[in-house]
Formats: sequence, structure tokens, C-alpha cells
Amino acid sequence: MGAAVKRSIAPVFWLPFGAGGMLAALTGPALVLITGLAGPTGIGISPGFMSFTRVTAFAQHPLGKLVLFGTIALFIWHGAERIYLTLRDMHAGGKLALMWICYGTAAALTLVAAGALLIIGVG
Amino acid sequence: MIGPRPYLRPAATSWWMHSPYLAYTLRELTGVAVAGYAIVLLAGLISLASGKSVYDAWLDFLRSPWSLALHLLFLIGMIAHVWTWFQIMPKTMPRLAFRGRIVPQNRIAVAGLAVATAAFVIIVLAAEWVQP
Amino acid sequence: MSSDPAQGAALREIVIEVLRYRSETDAHPVTQAYRVPFTDDMSVLQGLQYIKDHLDGTLSFRWSCRMAICGSCGMMIGTEPKLACMTFLRDYYPGPLAIEALAHFPIERDLVVSVSGFIKKIESIYPYLIPKTPRRLDQGEYSQTPLQLARFETFSDCINCMLCYAACPQFGENPDFIGPGAMVLLQRYNGDSRDGAQARRMELVHADNGAWSCTAVGYCSEVCPKQVDPANAVNQNKTKSAVDFFLHLGQARRGGGAP
Repeated sequence: MGAAVKRSIAPVFWLPFGAGGMLAALTGPALVLITGLAGPTGIGISPGFMSFTRVTAFAQHPLGKLVLFGTIALFIWHGAERIYLTLRDMHAGGKLALMWICYGTAAALTLVAAGALLIIGVG
Repeated sequence: MIGPRPYLRPAATSWWMHSPYLAYTLRELTGVAVAGYAIVLLAGLISLASGKSVYDAWLDFLRSPWSLALHLLFLIGMIAHVWTWFQIMPKTMPRLAFRGRIVPQNRIAVAGLAVATAAFVIIVLAAEWVQP
Repeated sequence: MSSDPAQGAALREIVIEVLRYRSETDAHPVTQAYRVPFTDDMSVLQGLQYIKDHLDGTLSFRWSCRMAICGSCGMMIGTEPKLACMTFLRDYYPGPLAIEALAHFPIERDLVVSVSGFIKKIESIYPYLIPKTPRRLDQGEYSQTPLQLARFETFSDCINCMLCYAACPQFGENPDFIGPGAMVLLQRYNGDSRDGAQARRMELVHADNGAWSCTAVGYCSEVCPKQVDPANAVNQNKTKSAVDFFLHLGQARRGGGAP
């Protein structure tokens, strides 16, 4: 039968892409509306919704940390995979270079998110 | 092989911007909206970790016309993402059977969109229900 | 059967521009135009046959059944991969209608492409039933419920016309990509309840040139003349391959199982 064919590492990036995509499909429009349009302008939502005290309390709660980290990380990894594949379609660079740029940026931003949540602490 | 010299046509490198592939490229670019929005959230998270004055400055940015326009673009991108996501989702699944019959793919897509719509309503209502 | 004025319909003419290539005389493909009289019932294949019978006997193209089941007459008709026998000249009037050999394949002559690469791919996926529990002749047939059949039946409808390969831009970029047609045949067997060789075929799926070259463009399923849905065959195997990747990691870490 011959030697086993070498496995692709694509699944490592495809699963977060899928999870992020599903999460964005279910929560994306609502979150953009709330945090980007209704929240800041106060239209259709209580004025102190995104106040420092309230959001800090949320980010200090373990569930809040999970929601914030999960959303930010999965959305970023979803975008990274799509941007990587599109840049390859566009012949914007070599495979390895594009992988480092796209996935490397995603990894760095994920670490930053984790770091920020650590700094915010537990109150 | 019939002829002694088969001819290899030069590969087109700009296929992604022409029909019928342009729609696919635009679909993939919704990923920019998803990641872009996440980066704005991350900026907010960093501001939060940096103290009240920095965070309030970020909130002021969110109130600016630039940010509102950006989030409108994010919203359009997100909606495009939702729509195209559930068109592809059935393709990633083996043939689904319900009550002994294969479920047509567009029915799976419609079900997914229904769930997404319900989730949208629930999240928005939950946020509105929050008291000051 | 040729365009017969006695059929009653007014005879119109369409200009067909064919990309010609004869390796003994041409360094590069060359466009040649033909004026073809046609009636509304004539297919593009009949147009090509008219050219060969009346205008230019040197024109070369594959055809056989004239009814979209043999898969021979796939070509680029006005930039879309189509079967010539089920595409009609009336839809391209007044033209000019550009016809070219199927995209992403080497041209052997005129509208004839080299199929050997594709044949090798479909041969490589173990395209035969390897029974889960073999039965002797005296034990009788393998039973299958209608639902078990329905799970893979459309994948058995493939006529190997290769339109999906012409549609697939990732195959255009990477000729080593196993491609939609071969994945359809693979899934035809992996999805068959009688078959037991899923793991063997999955090894081909896990590779970079397996399911992972696909970016879910989906154009393959749009052009398929038999509604086989190759995009589904490839992408459901991405899910299977990804799950298997992480299960396999767990195995390797525990020190068991060869890759």
C-alpha cells in the first residue's frame, strides 16, 4: 500500500474557524448592534449599559471572562482563516509567509486578550 | 495520449475577482468584518484594563460618527456572514435523515437562519431588559 | 441529424469561435470562427457536428451518447463548463459563441483534453466495495434499507464529465488537489453501509491535497449536470477529517496507534 500520506495541519485552524463562524452567525449582528450602535448612543438601551463600573464587573466575573475571551478569540481566528485563504487566492504571498502573518497575528491578539483579562482580575 | 505535445494554458491568477468567483470572494471577506469587530472589542478590553479614563476615551470613540459608520459596515458584514454561513453549513454535513427521509439542504439552511434570528432577538431583548 | 430547413423554423446563423490546437502545426492555440446555421432544437454538440460534417473535417471533439449520461462532451461554452449535448445554440444567438477545451486540463487537440490525471485520481481512492463483513455467494446478498441507499445514492450518479474540475479554482491553482469528482466517488463508497474501508480512504482525505485544498467555493456543485453535489462530498469530509485529527492526537499522545 505504500507509506501513509502526510496529514494536513489545516484542521488546527479549521475548527476554530468553524466555531468562530457559528458563534458569529448566532451572536454577531446582535453584538455589533448592542456594543457598537445602541450601547454608545444610548438609543433603545439603558444609558449606563456600557459604563466602566458595569463592564468591569462583567469582566471580573468568570462567566464574563469566558464570554469576552471566547467571543474575541473565536471571532479573530475565524477571520484569520478566511483572510489567510483569501490572500492565498489573491497570490498575495507564499504559503508559509501568509500563515505566519495571519495565524501569528491571531495568536498574538489572543494572548493580548488573555493578558488584558488577567490584568482586570477578579475585583 | 494522442498528440505529442499537449498544451498547458497559462493559469489565471485573477480568477477570484471575476464572475462566478467574485461572490465567493465577497463571502470570504465577511471574515474581515468579524475579525475587525473583534479587534474593536479587544481595544475596549485593553482600555478597560488601563483604567477609567482610557476606557471612557474608548467609549467616546464609539460615539463618534467614524465609529458608528464602521459599526454599520460591521453590521452589514455580519448579516452577510450569517446569510452565507447557513448556505454553506449543510455542505459540511453528511446527508441528514429525519423520520426516515433525507432532509433537503435548503431546509437545513432555513432552520439555521431561524435559529440565528431567534438568537438575535433573544440577545437584543436581554440587553434591553438590563436595568441602569 | 442536421439542420433541416423543412423542420419549419426559420434558419438563423450563429458564429461559433472555437479555440483550435493541433500540436503538429500550432505553437499556441488559435481561434477559428465558423458560421453555423441552426434551428432552435440544436445543441452545441450538433453545432460542432455541423462544422465537422460541412465546414471543417479537422475539428476534433469527444462525444458519444448525446444525452448527458456518458460525460464525454464537457467543454467551456461561453466561459462556463457545460456538456455540449445539453446546451443549446438558441441561448447564445446571435453570438459569437466562444468554445474552448475544458479549463484546467492540458489540451491534446482542439476540444480534447488529457484525462489521465483524473483517471489516476479516481483509481487511487479504492473505487470498489470492500465489504465490512464479507458474505459468501451462498449467504445471499447484502441488505440495505432505502434510507441507507439514500445516504450515498446521489454520489453514485457521477458521470465523470470533469465539469467540476473545470469549475474548481483551487484545482486550477493546484493540479495535485484530488478534486471534487474523485471525492464524490470516495464518498460514494465511504457512505455505503456495506463498505468497511473508510479508514483507508480517509488517509487520502487527510492530506493537504485531499479535502484541505478545498475552500468551499461551491461552483463545482453549480455546474454538475447530474446534481451530484461534489461540494458536499468534499466538505463533509473536512468535518470528518478535522474530528479525526484531534482523536488521532489523543491516540498519539497516549503512545498508541500508528499515524
